[in-house]
Amino acid sequence: METRQQRKAAAQGAGPGDARSSASLLEGTDRETLLNYYYQMVLIRYFEEKAGEMYTRARIGGYCHLNLGEEATVVGFCAGLEPDDYVYTNYREHGYAICRGISPAVVMAELFGKKTGCSLGRGGSMHLFDIKRRFMGGYGIVGGQLPLAVGAAFALAYRGAREIVACQMGDGTTNGGPFHESLNLAKLYRLPVVFLIVNNQYGMGTRVDQGSAVPDLYRKACAYDMRSERVDGTDVLAVLEAVRTAARIAREEREPSLIEAVSYRFRGHSVVDPDRYRPEEEVRRWRERDPILLYAARLKEAGLMDDAKRQELEARAQQEVEEAVRFAEESEFPSVDELYDFVYAGEGGR
Amino acid sequence: MAEMTYRQALHDTLREELLRDENVFLIGEEIGRFEGSYKITAGLLQEFGPKRVVDTPICENGFVGLAIGAAMLGLRPIVEIMTINFIALAMDEIVNHAAKIYYMFGGQCPVPLVIRTPGGGGQQLSATHSQNLEVWFAHVPGLKVVAPSTPADARGLLRTAVRDDNPVLFLENLALYNTRGEVPEGDYTIPFGKAQVMKEGRDLTIISYSRMAVVALDVARRLEQERQLSIEVVDVRSLRPLDHETIVNSVKKTNRAIIFEEDWRSYGVGAELVATIQEEAFDYLDAPIQRVAGAEVPLPYSKPLEQAALPSARQLVEAVDRLAIRKRRIVYA
Repeated sequence: METRQQRKAAAQGAGPGDARSSASLLEGTDRETLLNYYYQMVLIRYFEEKAGEMYTRARIGGYCHLNLGEEATVVGFCAGLEPDDYVYTNYREHGYAICRGISPAVVMAELFGKKTGCSLGRGGSMHLFDIKRRFMGGYGIVGGQLPLAVGAAFALAYRGAREIVACQMGDGTTNGGPFHESLNLAKLYRLPVVFLIVNNQYGMGTRVDQGSAVPDLYRKACAYDMRSERVDGTDVLAVLEAVRTAARIAREEREPSLIEAVSYRFRGHSVVDPDRYRPEEEVRRWRERDPILLYAARLKEAGLMDDAKRQELEARAQQEVEEAVRFAEESEFPSVDELYDFVYAGEGGR
Repeated sequence: MAEMTYRQALHDTLREELLRDENVFLIGEEIGRFEGSYKITAGLLQEFGPKRVVDTPICENGFVGLAIGAAMLGLRPIVEIMTINFIALAMDEIVNHAAKIYYMFGGQCPVPLVIRTPGGGGQQLSATHSQNLEVWFAHVPGLKVVAPSTPADARGLLRTAVRDDNPVLFLENLALYNTRGEVPEGDYTIPFGKAQVMKEGRDLTIISYSRMAVVALDVARRLEQERQLSIEVVDVRSLRPLDHETIVNSVKKTNRAIIFEEDWRSYGVGAELVATIQEEAFDYLDAPIQRVAGAEVPLPYSKPLEQAALPSARQLVEAVDRLAIRKRRIVYA
């Protein structure tokens, strides 16, 4: 999973701005919860590495975008919400689905196109969904999920409900119309929604400052007089704290927020991207700031996770991923007799 | 039965559905304080308040997407797009989202949504405000598309649309708003996928929808009186799902068909209807099916040019003549 050098670098607290911002949270949270965040992060790491492997072995088709390197952002985001909140994401969403409670086996089955998948094999990697867990979908058109999330928040406000909506997106999304229309509507109608930009610094091959006239993406919220902040996306607790605060404000004050989590993806845009547009030195520097290593070091330093515990958690996560692959392998494909199911609601077939 | 305008029928139906179901709300540009560009929603903000009648900024993709998201959580939005021309700005949310969400996520989340919007030319609104784009939507599985031509159908189909669990494009027409007709009272609905035989006939069938169906009926009645031609007029009403049975049965009876449509001819609604007829009634056809459609130009402003571009009663009569000549040849042979 990582080199000894990386582990050493992490233990020394490599990278700017980490640790301090979320120090109080480390102290104020019980050990089991903190270890569970670690477990979820390594679960995503193993799951995504395995998904990449299964893609190259042709078990997974289509596009396949991984959360590798973004684990702290994913886990922090999901942990900052309550279980009955609604989540909308883009197509890089395997980790979010898992953290919101969809089992890795059911996610892997969806990637395999099996009928046991969380979208019954109709969606694939980009379109995970689970209505029971209020995971309202991964969406493949950049920006497409934002107006939907605003609409879900509108429905909650309409009913005076307590839940909120959280909507994840990538950095490239902030340059398109749906982003601006959605922020305007959310603020105009005072809707309970938290927008999260995962700024992994590249929209496909386009660096943030090559695509956005304002590379400090969180500042774009000022156009709508919306509260916003930037957090270190490699710090799970910093992301968690920012999302939890924004969620509380959405819930109690009906005020939307925009959070920018600065992160980095360890691989190309999708599994097939050879990643030739990022300087090697940059990739190396960010890999030293591996969010999993950083968090492991903090837990160790605080006396919350020794090497044995860490190995135990990693082994368990690895096992869960192996079981997920087995489940996906053994599941059946949907019957072609069901091709026309679900075109329309309330009536079978066409 | 009560006589009223198409506009009144729409207005009353919206009001009744707002009264019937707390989950129904209206959303769109200028529908509240301004009372609607075409006054369909006049008075509804006053009666139901801003929660149920929601004015939006000018951002079609944004507020259509908002409506889809609200529908995903069980509300039943009725969106007004001021005219169908502006719907181009919302295509991503309609085609990539509303039409796909139920299928793509394995049937977990229906999208009960109505998008009302008027199309049509003839008001000198020129190229970007006079289009008939319904075929874009009729092409897409997951959407339903209806296009009423009469006040009664406007009422019956709108009720059905609001109560349907799928995204429905409800196509109105600028030139129909002031037309009058008898409208059934009470909880009157019309099922989707049922064409209407507006007038029975033996000699040929004119198949149409929306405003062109009204023109077709007028032409058919006139030719019956003037020339003793017995023309059947079928109003498709529902473009998706499409009622093959009524259309095909009519052609089997009359053996001749004209499609009369306001949209452009190439790849238009008529192309689908012609294909359907030749697939299902090839042996019954005594003559090639005629298509009378809009000229393939961006609709010009200047009155004579605009009139030349729009499909007209005159062009329809010419098409009837083309078919009737053939018929006489057969009769005399």
